[in-house]
Amino acid sequence: MYVWIWRHLPGPVAVKLAQVLVLVALVSLLLLFVVFPWIEPHLPINQVTVPGN
Amino acid sequence: MVDDTIVAPAPAPAPRHRRRTNVGDRVRFVLRGIGQTLITLGLIVLLFAVYEVWITNIFAHRAQAKVYNALQNEWKQGKDPLALPANKISTIPLGSGIAVLYIPRLGRDYHFAIVQGSAVPDDSQLEKGPAHYRDTQLPGQIGNFSVAGHRVGKGEPFLNIDKLRSGDPVIVETKSHWYVYRVLGSPAGSDPQDNTTDIPVKGRDAVPVPGREIVDPSDGDVLLPIPDHPEIPLQDTEVAIMTMTTCHPKFTASHRMIVHAQLDKSLTVNLGSGNEDFAMPASIQRLYNEAAA
Repeated sequence: MYVWIWRHLPGPVAVKLAQVLVLVALVSLLLLFVVFPWIEPHLPINQVTVPGN
Repeated sequence: MVDDTIVAPAPAPAPRHRRRTNVGDRVRFVLRGIGQTLITLGLIVLLFAVYEVWITNIFAHRAQAKVYNALQNEWKQGKDPLALPANKISTIPLGSGIAVLYIPRLGRDYHFAIVQGSAVPDDSQLEKGPAHYRDTQLPGQIGNFSVAGHRVGKGEPFLNIDKLRSGDPVIVETKSHWYVYRVLGSPAGSDPQDNTTDIPVKGRDAVPVPGREIVDPSDGDVLLPIPDHPEIPLQDTEVAIMTMTTCHPKFTASHRMIVHAQLDKSLTVNLGSGNEDFAMPASIQRLYNEAAA
């Protein structure tokens, strides 16, 4: 997959590298601010309460 | 010796091997795909850890600062969210600040506005700060003032709650009072884990309550007026308890860490005509030296 992406990026190596960095940043931001906040409440982690009486 | 190992020169790939090479290529392609997928998943999990312990804190601290400032403003305007006719605590807006929590053991700058929560505080309330279990008592009242808080990420107010020792002060500031609770268990300074204090009860023997306990997530009895003693009704209690709940072990949902404290003393804020002094009283400040000792 990564090889395929690398092959399809236009330009010389330096330009390709810059594009890769932008892509990685975009994917990270998408995960950190959209995917994780959405998925987190459904995960069995960080539950701090006990049922009230 | 060089002569020992005579290696035949590698034969040039013959056309009849071509098919086998293609199979090899395909296997390599699939393996590489699996490898890359696993590495990618690993990186995503790492990024999720970064999100949990770092990014969520940024948002939570911002939300907490907002609630804290709103509460301070309310107090300065002479409004007390807890001063309600006939203690109708259900009228306090969920997610709004009701009191400020200080724990000297966790440092001089440790303070969190406690927000009003639901019967069981939900994520939106807990993200703002430690949240009060709505149906439990209010600060200073006879019964159990119970608060839930995050341990890892989301502002992590209760990250180091396991560091509390028996007798440690837990201070709750409301508009009208400073309440000093002390973690149960004796002697003071000992590990409060399953180390108990006898809590007096009207008309019967005192019952032991631990300073800290690890319980099953379904154990709601820790929030009772006398924690873990469902047989004792509220009207038979004469002690103000505070209970804090968080997750245990860190990051998980498998158990809950519970810390119980008992009201030791309360100071009245000098309620005047709108120019109250909200600075920390000297007797409260002295509790910080106690923690440092």
